[in-house]
Amino acid sequence: MADVLERVTKIIVDRLGVEESQINLEASFKDDLGADSLDVVELVMELEDEFSMEISDDDAEKIGTVGDAVNYINSKM
Amino acid sequence: MRLEGKVALVTGASRGIGREIALELAREGADVAVNYSGSEARALETAEEIKKLGRNAIVIQADVSSSESVERMVKETIGAFGKLDILINNAGITKDNLIMRMKESDWDDVININLKGVFLCTKAVTRQMMKQRSGRIINISSIVGVMGNAGQANYVAAKAGVIGLTKTSAKELASRGITVNAVAPGFITTDMTDKLPEEVKAEMLKSIPLAKLGEPADIARTVIFLAGEDSRYITGQTLHVDGGMVM
Repeated sequence: MADVLERVTKIIVDRLGVEESQINLEASFKDDLGADSLDVVELVMELEDEFSMEISDDDAEKIGTVGDAVNYINSKM
Repeated sequence: MRLEGKVALVTGASRGIGREIALELAREGADVAVNYSGSEARALETAEEIKKLGRNAIVIQADVSSSESVERMVKETIGAFGKLDILINNAGITKDNLIMRMKESDWDDVININLKGVFLCTKAVTRQMMKQRSGRIINISSIVGVMGNAGQANYVAAKAGVIGLTKTSAKELASRGITVNAVAPGFITTDMTDKLPEEVKAEMLKSIPLAKLGEPADIARTVIFLAGEDSRYITGQTLHVDGGMVM
């Protein structure tokens, strides 16, 4: 679990240029981390690569916060 | 050569304008994935010619109106060449008739291939191009999409739709280094226009200031410009290549 969060955090820091301290499970990509819609699409793409999984468009739409992403990945691993 | 080391995918590249675009891309140094729907022999011929030019080519059968086959086509292209720099949405059909006589299925077929096909192919390549932080998408529209044309409601609606889709894709993808433009050919000599009766052709010539038909090469040269570095500050535009028909 911690490992997933760590890996997700690293991707978010790289992609969005935010501080690690800003990232927590409740943080919303758009509202708290300054991502636009396209950034979120790209984040999901990178998560797919990082965790070698396919995230369907329907599922991707439900991922709004760091916690959503971590929970989704854990549920598929 | 302006496109050395680039990889291009051209839909509907077995004949006509698509074939000429594929060959011109190769002459400029690009490797090309040649998509076709039905004319396998002619697609293979196009690929052979590309190889004679010293470039790599693969041939991919795919129906652009099916998301499954489009995704497979893009995967095969990236699998073969390792990347994808240029997408030419060229595949198109006509099923002309007056609105009063046009069958619903003729409307659907043309919209599905000529408009939905552009959406599906664009969607399928964006992932790769966004990762690369660069890409060129060039949609082949038509001048009738700008001016309307009696007897072609389905085709005109699709081609006008492509212009709107071009502008929207351009806005969505600009921040990732991807440009999207359209080319609107006028009256070009191809299998599609050869079928027109002589008197229709004569009538059309009267409306062309440059007083002659265009050739597939005229479109291909414009596509090369939009696919290369010379056009890097142009996106969301529709270039009319029509001898001045519409100004």
